[in-house]
Amino acid sequence: MLTIAGHIFKSRLLVGTGKFASAEVMCRALEASGSEMVTVALRRVDLEDPSDDIMRVLDRSRYVFLPNTSGARDANEAVRLARMARASGGGEWLKLEVTPDPRTLLPDPVETLRATEILAAEGFKVLPYINADPILALRLQDVGAAAVMPLGAPIGTNQGLLTRFQVEIIIEQARVPVIVDAGLGLPSHAAEAMEIGADAVLVNTAIAGAGDPVRMARAFAQAVEPGRAAFEAGAGRRQSRADASSPEAGLGFLR
Amino acid sequence: MKIICNGKEMEVRDGATLEELILELQLNPATVVAECDGRIVLREEYPQIFLRQGIVLELIRFVGGG
Repeated sequence: MLTIAGHIFKSRLLVGTGKFASAEVMCRALEASGSEMVTVALRRVDLEDPSDDIMRVLDRSRYVFLPNTSGARDANEAVRLARMARASGGGEWLKLEVTPDPRTLLPDPVETLRATEILAAEGFKVLPYINADPILALRLQDVGAAAVMPLGAPIGTNQGLLTRFQVEIIIEQARVPVIVDAGLGLPSHAAEAMEIGADAVLVNTAIAGAGDPVRMARAFAQAVEPGRAAFEAGAGRRQSRADASSPEAGLGFLR
Repeated sequence: MKIICNGKEMEVRDGATLEELILELQLNPATVVAECDGRIVLREEYPQIFLRQGIVLELIRFVGGG
């Protein structure tokens, strides 16, 4: 079972709530995903449309909320958003995102480390979104991150686990859970991340942007299971030379 | 009197509280977080916060996000 900051989760699939065509589709997709932890963002209330409130449709008793700090460009902005999330009843969980460059949305490692240090000291359960940097992952767990969330590829790109080699090193070294976040576009990408030993994956765009988000959510949920099972089963080693599966002996009658 | 709410100038009744404004805007105080002049206001304080001329108010809430 997945344990983050002492909290046990049966599902190893975390789902984002952005980009869904409607609240109804979002709710059905979340249900189909089997996820127990969902991300949300913080934004100004739209005063022209006060009824547009995600909290009217999201069942808080069913999901652990993981507010993100999306939109923050430095540690100060992220800390401000984090404190707002907690004040609005978001709990102590926080997906820390610091993305100064809107073109790539790649996370700023220096500001992310700084914000993690501040927020972990304030009692937040910080899950920082990072580039797949093994040294940074170690530094973050040293300052109190509850998990690390290396990217598979840039946010919303559906490119898959382009960072596999670095994520493998992060997993090998980590004492906290490793959740591959961002860029996973297909269930096979999620399965690959699980096969190499990721503790969980977080998916948003691939589900919300699918032709049928509910079916895609179910497909991701199904893919995570065999991926994890394969990791726990212990995969055989890769090698370059062939190794016959059938016995070498007992072929004397052929020649 | 005038305040700045979510970046826009807004006319509010003299002596109005934060709680009254949130309700007048047809928002649910339970799902809105407020920041007055850069300070986060706890929900329990909404009825006790009297709005003043020129106050900069941010009303924030959760939206879908990844």
